[in-house]
Amino acid sequence: MSKDFSRFLKPGRVHRQIYTDPAIFELEMTNIFGGAWVFIGHESQIKKPGDYFATQMGRRPILMVRDEEGRVRVIHNQCAHRGAMVVATDKGNAPEFTCCYHGWTYHLDGRIKGVPLNHGYPADFDAKNPKVAMNPVKRVKSYRGFVFATEAADGPDLEESLGYMTTSFDDLLDRAPDGEIEVAGGVFKHGYDANWKVYFENLCDAAHPLFVHRSSIEASQAQSDDAHSDGTGEIAVRQMRQNGAPYSFWESQVGIWTYPNGHSYLGDYHDDSKLVAALKDPVFREYIAALEKKKGKEETKRILEVRRWNSNVYPNVSLMSQFQQLRVVHPISVNRTVVYTYNFKLKGAPEQMFRNTVAFANIVNGTGSLVLTDDLEIYNRIDMGLSSDGAEWLQIGRGYQSDQPEAHGGRKGVNSTSEVYIRNMLDAWVGYMNGGHGQGGALAKAAS
Amino acid sequence: MAKKRTPRPKIAAPSRRRVTPLRGRAPRAEQALDIHRCEQFVQHEARLLDEAKFDDWLALFTLDGWYWVPSEPDQANPHDTVSLMYDDRRLLETRIRRLASPRMYSQEPRSRTSRMVGNVTIEDSEGRAATIRSKFIMIEYRRDQQRLFTGTAWHRLVQIDGGIRIAWKRVDLVNCDAALDGLTQPF
Repeated sequence: MSKDFSRFLKPGRVHRQIYTDPAIFELEMTNIFGGAWVFIGHESQIKKPGDYFATQMGRRPILMVRDEEGRVRVIHNQCAHRGAMVVATDKGNAPEFTCCYHGWTYHLDGRIKGVPLNHGYPADFDAKNPKVAMNPVKRVKSYRGFVFATEAADGPDLEESLGYMTTSFDDLLDRAPDGEIEVAGGVFKHGYDANWKVYFENLCDAAHPLFVHRSSIEASQAQSDDAHSDGTGEIAVRQMRQNGAPYSFWESQVGIWTYPNGHSYLGDYHDDSKLVAALKDPVFREYIAALEKKKGKEETKRILEVRRWNSNVYPNVSLMSQFQQLRVVHPISVNRTVVYTYNFKLKGAPEQMFRNTVAFANIVNGTGSLVLTDDLEIYNRIDMGLSSDGAEWLQIGRGYQSDQPEAHGGRKGVNSTSEVYIRNMLDAWVGYMNGGHGQGGALAKAAS
Repeated sequence: MAKKRTPRPKIAAPSRRRVTPLRGRAPRAEQALDIHRCEQFVQHEARLLDEAKFDDWLALFTLDGWYWVPSEPDQANPHDTVSLMYDDRRLLETRIRRLASPRMYSQEPRSRTSRMVGNVTIEDSEGRAATIRSKFIMIEYRRDQQRLFTGTAWHRLVQIDGGIRIAWKRVDLVNCDAALDGLTQPF
């Protein structure tokens, strides 16, 4: 394969092959899901020593585990002997890890603990060799409890790579009156038959809701508010109606910001007067009071004025600080993807506020929700459509000539319907695929 | 952008009409909810769903009824953990109205379903009301894909005005915590 991946981009256009070619997918698993800082999990998922959380880094099975000293480790879920996956459960607590094949055991940090029948190996086999282990992922770093890992031995530090996008994680934490958050409320795992990039390229797309989510917008607009609700229906119906904001709203009041290494966020969609939480809502008022008590009026005002809808942290995590949600993208194959959705509990916030988060997740991002199901249909249709070479070059040019430079090395779309964030992700994609770090310079190259 | 938007397609509101009596005459209110009537009821419900008579299915629920498909085995409640579906009456009406929409792209083309319902047992009963448990197999076919769902359904049935209504329904899928593609069909 020719080395320069910028050949798949033209000004405002991308070649369809990058979504369908298994060879490109293979290289993405090495260069992006191995070369970039990949989101693994949140420290609250492993509270005590021995707690582990089994997940994937791209397709690699890995474990996030808290060792005896309380440190967070990310190790390959693979036995050093014959390569079998060692831990087969999603989460739990264990004093050590034991491979089910020949009983090799490992310390929580992956170092070997014991090899049964160890007299039969060649003379140069040394079980004490640190490379004989459930090997650690090369670099592991946490940003305020959010754990990332990369197989790149060198390159930018996590904070450098996240850049200005650390502020989206800050916002999620700032919203907790006690300054702490924890993953709670189970997980959604939903799948679709299309490339992983398709999902990420939809998250900040402000031009699709009015069209794709029509059925739920219209059904919620026609819904009588007199029907019985235990509180769940109300919050959900409100959000579905909000999705029906006209194009003029998206073009005048919502913004899209992008930053180096493929990151972006959609901002100003919801403020707290029309948010599901809504200023009239007694639960939200109680929450504001709790926040003010802990942080003061000024700081509370500042926190609530940060209005981020989806924040995409390239390549695999999207968070929604206003709704205390986070979604992790797991590519399975070139045309199969599974997404995990988690919720966070804000410590010190009213209990009902978390229940509102759960209700929101059910109806907007849930597997059987009234909203997400239509997105999944679109992804499947994209994959089916991409089998045709009728349109070889796909359009990603909306807003192309009017994007503006922003602080922190960013670019801002002329309005939220600009596809600047897709171009920005593809720029990072070229950078990683060409064997470097996020910034590919493809944007600049394509513009010149 | 043009100022005028195309008129919204008309979507009929879910009907509020009464449940069709299962047999010629409505059973009398004081008649006990015996196993025979419970079995007849869940068979009738399965048929409404397979025939996509969702308005009629909605009409089986009480006006404060709810419908729940947990995301975890033994999930304690629908409020502290996410659910594959959890609808109070207001949301259930919205869900059913959306299912009738010509703009529901995830139902273009429509799913076809086929269900087997059996092993009905009465778990507790107070004459006019009963909690029943049943097993189901549901096959969903859509656009060359056939999916198989199975699990346990729990119904709280109450007798109102001579008809049987669902006060709540909980559906425990055996694969509730698996990675699933989008779910549009009520179970």
